[in-house]
Amino acid sequence: MKNFRFHRPQSVAEAVAVMNGAEAGKYLAGGQSLLPVMKLGLAEPTDVIALDALRELNEVRVDGEALVIGALATHYQVHTSPHVNKLAPALADLAGHIGDAQVRNRGTLGGSVAHADPAADYPAALLALDAVVHTDRRALPAEAFFTGLFETALEPDELVTAVRFSLPRKSAYVKFAHRASKYAVVGVMVARLDKGFRVAVTGAGPKAFRLPELEARLAKSCGPDAFEGFYLSPGELNGDHDASAEYRAHLVGVLARRAVAAAA
Amino acid sequence: MTAGGIGEPLLRKEDRRFLLGKGRYTDDLNLPHQAHAYVVRSPHASARVASIDASRALAMPGVLAVFTGADLAADQVGGLPCGWLIKSKDGSPMVEPPHPPLVTDRVRHVGDQVAVVVAETHAQAKAAARELEVEYETLPAVARLRDAVAPGAPAVWAEAPGNVCFDWELGDRAAVEAAFARAHRVVEIELVNNRLVPNAMEPRAAIGDYDAADDRYTLYTTSQNPHLIRLLMGAFVLKIPEHKLRVVAPDVGGGFGSKIFHYAEEAIVTWASRKLGRPVKWVAERTEAFVSDAHGRDHVTRARLALDKDGHFLALRVETLANLGAYLSTFATVTPTYLSAPLLGGPYTTEAVYAEVKGVFTHTVPVDAYRGAGRPEATYLLERLVDKAARETGIDRVELRRKNLIPSDAFPYQTPLAFTYDSGDYQATLELALRESEYASFEARRAEAAARGKLRGIGLSTYVEACGLAPSAVAGSLGCRAGLYDAASVRVHPTGSVTVYTGAHSHGQGHETTFAQIVAERLGVAPEAVEIVHGDTDKIPFGMGTYGSRSLAVCGSAIAKALDKIVAKSKKIAAHLLESDPGDLEFEAGAFRVAGTDRQKSFGEVAFAAYVPHNFPHESLEPGLDESAFYDPKNFTFPGGCHVAEVEIDPETGEVELARVTVADDVGRVINPVIVDGQIHGGLAQGIGQALCENCVYDDEGQLLSGSFMTYAMPRAADLPNFKVGLHVTHCTHNPLGVKGVGEIGSIGVPPAVMNAVLDALAPAGVTHLDMPATSERVWRALREARGQKGPTP
Repeated sequence: MKNFRFHRPQSVAEAVAVMNGAEAGKYLAGGQSLLPVMKLGLAEPTDVIALDALRELNEVRVDGEALVIGALATHYQVHTSPHVNKLAPALADLAGHIGDAQVRNRGTLGGSVAHADPAADYPAALLALDAVVHTDRRALPAEAFFTGLFETALEPDELVTAVRFSLPRKSAYVKFAHRASKYAVVGVMVARLDKGFRVAVTGAGPKAFRLPELEARLAKSCGPDAFEGFYLSPGELNGDHDASAEYRAHLVGVLARRAVAAAA
Repeated sequence: MTAGGIGEPLLRKEDRRFLLGKGRYTDDLNLPHQAHAYVVRSPHASARVASIDASRALAMPGVLAVFTGADLAADQVGGLPCGWLIKSKDGSPMVEPPHPPLVTDRVRHVGDQVAVVVAETHAQAKAAARELEVEYETLPAVARLRDAVAPGAPAVWAEAPGNVCFDWELGDRAAVEAAFARAHRVVEIELVNNRLVPNAMEPRAAIGDYDAADDRYTLYTTSQNPHLIRLLMGAFVLKIPEHKLRVVAPDVGGGFGSKIFHYAEEAIVTWASRKLGRPVKWVAERTEAFVSDAHGRDHVTRARLALDKDGHFLALRVETLANLGAYLSTFATVTPTYLSAPLLGGPYTTEAVYAEVKGVFTHTVPVDAYRGAGRPEATYLLERLVDKAARETGIDRVELRRKNLIPSDAFPYQTPLAFTYDSGDYQATLELALRESEYASFEARRAEAAARGKLRGIGLSTYVEACGLAPSAVAGSLGCRAGLYDAASVRVHPTGSVTVYTGAHSHGQGHETTFAQIVAERLGVAPEAVEIVHGDTDKIPFGMGTYGSRSLAVCGSAIAKALDKIVAKSKKIAAHLLESDPGDLEFEAGAFRVAGTDRQKSFGEVAFAAYVPHNFPHESLEPGLDESAFYDPKNFTFPGGCHVAEVEIDPETGEVELARVTVADDVGRVINPVIVDGQIHGGLAQGIGQALCENCVYDDEGQLLSGSFMTYAMPRAADLPNFKVGLHVTHCTHNPLGVKGVGEIGSIGVPPAVMNAVLDALAPAGVTHLDMPATSERVWRALREARGQKGPTP
């Protein structure tokens, strides 16, 4: 790991200012993705800007018809939050299946979504729960936020401050975890929102995506017949020696059916 | 039974320091003025090293030196030797290519050692290593067995045509052919024994320390056998006479075989410490361990079993390709040959066996012994084949085993492949395992699972293995370049406490407890009054270390022999003190008593007199109580037993859940039942890892795809059920303790039991074959193919 300057700003504005003054800065939240890539020499920031002093960013609160979770809320916080468990239990469940206990105690919602790992769990929840990502300067719908493999719409200095989730009537997350990494080989989040079913998939593609065809079928019927002949083409999906694209395509169907059954 | 003696479930003495974080591992040692080495490794599987430019690296902060193969060659540093010569069928010796600690002109696997950077700190050495400019001209590579033996495959070594290191055979081919000619039925199988990365919890590390004042070297290293390292490195690589070289293996965090071998880094740091006049430390990073620790297994085998009309096994014929990697590691050649093939008779009365093994070079990390070393490969093949035979003959798989197991009254039993099994009771362990696993009521569990949409299966294996390496004469006649006896010294102190110096090395086995119990039993002292010293060639007698489940059977027997001498000497002293004849003395519960009287001397009194010999008769009685013994085993030992596994499969995802594991083992006499349980549990976890998740995969270019814990799946506690462990022991008849061995039986017996269970679950769906590991995608594909479907199933 290369030497770097370490900063601990006391406000969001100061954090962004420090980032703008850095040659190649990185925000540090829980460090569960950044530190491993720094150890491997895959990221070599000149400045590491730790966010742990920004206490106001780890709040979980209910705001009218939405659940607003601060960017620095840890996975453990989300998993155990009474608000989340009451209003979006599938989200609490999802957070409880991220990594292991150590990761959940350090890793944060904001860090995960900003990192945009294709196999992370949260992106499925953001898409399914019609979430809006709030930053220091704007609000972005989840579908505009995730742009590609480890890519988001964030400006280089932009800082995620919170995520606003719609409240589902029902929701469920079903994950098929990688045996070694425990990341999602495929994870499917199904949510019944006031405006209808949303089905979002993570792990299978370069970024999380929705299944509009299945959502349309579910609008008509959420019974087993909704899946009759449903088939996702493996064409654009991830494939590696652990799980081929074909297998992932198959898993999307199986997990979606199980998630729909759980959310019915 | 003596308090704390043989058979007592003592908690491990060593655990106090481990649980308190007070273990002393190689990386915990930091010597004054120590420098740090970082090894620059090849990113290519096969390439010519066109040039190395160290100028930028040398200019980096803190850098002391950059060494390459040329520097070692200039100092006449030798290559890493292979410890076992295997001869081909035609009598020609195996191809033994050079194995320099740093390459000179070619790299032959990803991770091959190209150069070493030494700097003031590890971070500086690592940063400078990135600035080393190595120009590679890449060459075609071959990583997989079948590709390596295909015509026109890239040659790993010019001197090994077809990439064949040896083409070896064992057994009576003519007898096997004759048996096949009269066979009622022949059952055939072809399978892969998957390649594994050992992944001990503690990565390898080494510190070289040259003392110019005494012209003496010390190597601290993560080794299972410090004397072997001293012998190999001193005599063959660095040419340092033994009295000028001390090798210390302090606490070692797991080995599983991977820390038996002499590795390049040990020689490099020792040599560099003299070059630089400073101690030089190297510690492997985990990703480095994946490409530099010797891997395990990696066989492709085809076998045929001949049966008579009643289902008796007449003969077995086996052809194996064994991946040796790019270089010959210390025991690479014996592992797939003499450590594997002689067990192909298994616990059965098979009349004739003939095995052929081709050792094959590939552009991969060297492959060597890994927990079980050859016996898991033989057992897996045999037990898969027996299950297949049961399916094809229609004979129940338990019945087929019962028919063919060696009867308990047939011991000693001469197998067709050189081994003589001294003792065992395979029917008893089979019946115990069936009972404890509730085998008879399995079909109800299968039906209950089916009602939940799950496929449930049960599988078993009956196995025998060989440990206690090894009678030196046998080893020598088979090509071993060392003797495989072991040694112990027992030093009784003046007030009766005891220190034992052993050639064994404990890196998880619990020797500090088990060996103390042997002493406690024999001398009547408390185990707390016994200290076990191991791992330092300046302290311990010349012994061969710990591997192949030999510590108790061989090193423990050496301790028992030394204790015999201690008792004999003590008796003489006691007789002198009691003014009687040694022949009239009884030794019991720590006291020497004149038979039939109450006149006695405690062991402590005798020890004290030994060191305060005010009135010893000089001519007939020496002072002191300190004895050594060397023990060369008369035979291997043969643990055996039966393992039963039960799995449940999700037919939609292919996910395999291990529901139950029940084992019944014969480990010989038990010294400490808690440690026996622990050893079985650990072995089972690793065996289950091989069967269900661990898999080392190279791509076509020889790049390691499963090179980290992100992709290489180790078994976790949550993946495992509670193990049910039962014992039915028969004593070994040829060693003084009656012990056999326990360290590897889990990784030997359970992989076929798990796979047979998986195949039992899948059989109703029409699946007949699957290779390890039974990953969810493999299971899903097998089910889909059996159903004749192509597209994804809903």
